[in-house]
Amino acid sequence: MRITRVMSAALLALGLAAGPAAADSSPGPSQEGSAPTEAGTSFRTATEIEQGQQATANGSAGDYLYWSFPADAGQRPTVKATVKLPGTHAAETWRIDVYDGLRRRQACQWGAQTRTAAANAPSVELACVLRTVRAWSEPWANDPLPGTYYIRLTVVDLPTSDLGVRVGAEVRVDSEDMGGAAAVDGRLAEPLVPGAAMNSAADEDESGTSAVLSAIEPEDGWSSGWWSDRWVWTGIGGVLAALAGIAGYALTRGSGRPTRVPPGA
Amino acid sequence: MIIRKRLATGLCALLAALSAGLAFPDGAVADETTADVPKVNLVLDVSGSMRTRDIDGGTRMAAAKQAFNEVLDATPEEVRLGIRTLGANYPGDDRRTGCKDTAQLYPVGPLDRTEAKTAVATLTPTGWTPIGPALLKAADDLDGGTGSKRIVLISDGEDTCAPLDPCEVAREIAAKGIGLTIDTLGLVPNAKMRQQLSCIAEATGGTYTSVEHTDELTDRVNQLVDRAADPVVTPVATEGADACAKAPTLKSGLYTDREEFGRQRWYRVDVEPGQELRASVSVAADRAVNPSYGVLLRAVTVHGREIVRGEAAENGRTDVISTGLRYPKAETDEEDAPAETVCLQVTNSFSVASGVKTTPGLPLELTVDVVDGPSQAGDVASFGLGRGWWLLAALVVAGFLAGLLWGWLSRWRFAVWRTN
Repeated sequence: MRITRVMSAALLALGLAAGPAAADSSPGPSQEGSAPTEAGTSFRTATEIEQGQQATANGSAGDYLYWSFPADAGQRPTVKATVKLPGTHAAETWRIDVYDGLRRRQACQWGAQTRTAAANAPSVELACVLRTVRAWSEPWANDPLPGTYYIRLTVVDLPTSDLGVRVGAEVRVDSEDMGGAAAVDGRLAEPLVPGAAMNSAADEDESGTSAVLSAIEPEDGWSSGWWSDRWVWTGIGGVLAALAGIAGYALTRGSGRPTRVPPGA
Repeated sequence: MIIRKRLATGLCALLAALSAGLAFPDGAVADETTADVPKVNLVLDVSGSMRTRDIDGGTRMAAAKQAFNEVLDATPEEVRLGIRTLGANYPGDDRRTGCKDTAQLYPVGPLDRTEAKTAVATLTPTGWTPIGPALLKAADDLDGGTGSKRIVLISDGEDTCAPLDPCEVAREIAAKGIGLTIDTLGLVPNAKMRQQLSCIAEATGGTYTSVEHTDELTDRVNQLVDRAADPVVTPVATEGADACAKAPTLKSGLYTDREEFGRQRWYRVDVEPGQELRASVSVAADRAVNPSYGVLLRAVTVHGREIVRGEAAENGRTDVISTGLRYPKAETDEEDAPAETVCLQVTNSFSVASGVKTTPGLPLELTVDVVDGPSQAGDVASFGLGRGWWLLAALVVAGFLAGLLWGWLSRWRFAVWRTN
């Protein structure tokens, strides 16, 4: 497996080093300064964050805190959350849920999606590794598609004595680029961004102050969907096949003279 | 409309004013823009118990006053802020009079900080705690306009005016569909008060916070006022029918409705060939519900055939349960093919323990987007391209065999030519 990875990386580098897919999918923590310090309390008011940004928020135990982030085809996002709990509290269980742009709950492949903080524990850490986002899927499938993703952070069980006490939350989303292995055919005309139909209408109007359901977009825009390293693999395959063909031809054709014709004839 | 277009409406008003030959378009613009300004009503408990000295060594009232002063200073310009008191005026023992004791201290409108602060300074802890009536009046104060509306209730005791349950009052207010949120703060709360205040908050999608210190109070109220100032999409109220034939036809947008327990809601959406329908639905649990619940959204043809469904089931504490679906309608070669009417059916499987009121229904939020359809996949892989070592090996072997064959053929042809 590792050899495959190394070799395919080498192939990629040999083939089209400057391919658009070579760009790292998870932007660095360049926007740390402007990271949001608030969280929304519903899908409608979810705070938009970028991938690679460390968003913080203050809330009360029992609040439902919402953030949203963009995820593009070929990415496998990982959501990490840390909840800072007050000095004294009873044992409580926290949980993160991730929903896609259609508000469908998305499964976590692995990661501690729920975790119980022992009594008086200072913090609890949660994580959720999503499935790889695909460019297209059948309408009957629940596959993650490019678009807005919502994170909901909340406490699952809370004794009344701890209801409403102040807690802090930190959320960060990073994603791994899964490359051509996840490149599927077909693509959506618009990413699964809620209110997409209204957003395009607003763009035409070019109105100044308008609230939209989700105006989210990855830093370098949504991928056009045509590029994948499958082009490199297929191209190199074709070249190798041609070379092998020449080799085979050279092998059987020999010098070009029949053996029974004496030399110099 | 999902999107509020202040500038656009402002411009329309301006154009209208200009074309009518009026010389003062400013007023017109102002009128238009005040329609969707965020409004906040701070409701402060001034009952006798606010005299208790247990917040940072001072009285609860002193803490509230200090917090209000700081909040008034930090209130964003665009927010229309009002202050209402409860239990501020009637010191007597008559429950009936005491339970009507709520007054508007500062009207909801453009904020004059000095005036508001002076008004707050006059308050002295006096009477009862009529939370329910105060909430009703506070909601009336905020009436009008399409902007976000928020009540921030600060109290130090539970409602003393039963049988009017403030929780149900809050639910009734939310059911009016004016998009109002109630956030509650409890000063040095006990268990019963926490439950009551968080029940009020949950009934409207708001939050509950316990406060033990003055700075906590200031921070939280500031945060809530700032939240109100954030531009947010206001959903359009609609009413689904109990059958597709009678259902309202929706365009792209965000809608709210109420769905009673065990009932279904139907809506219709027109989808042209080559377009994709995206719908998502959230049903909020605005009261104490039983722990297992679910929601089902089905897209059905007018003839009753199911096209696609979204379903979700969950267990445990929640604010909403939501699901969604996509339906790309295939393009046709036909000229002027008619739009298909898709019926959306929403059902939920929430249930409540006996004794919990089932009216009004649960808040339902529906998002409808009709966008261009996707380009369908002709293959599993992107453009049908290959990838991996097996592909390379297969291509190399095939190429090599082809080379061998061709070489052998040309050798054979050469030999044939030689012999002839």
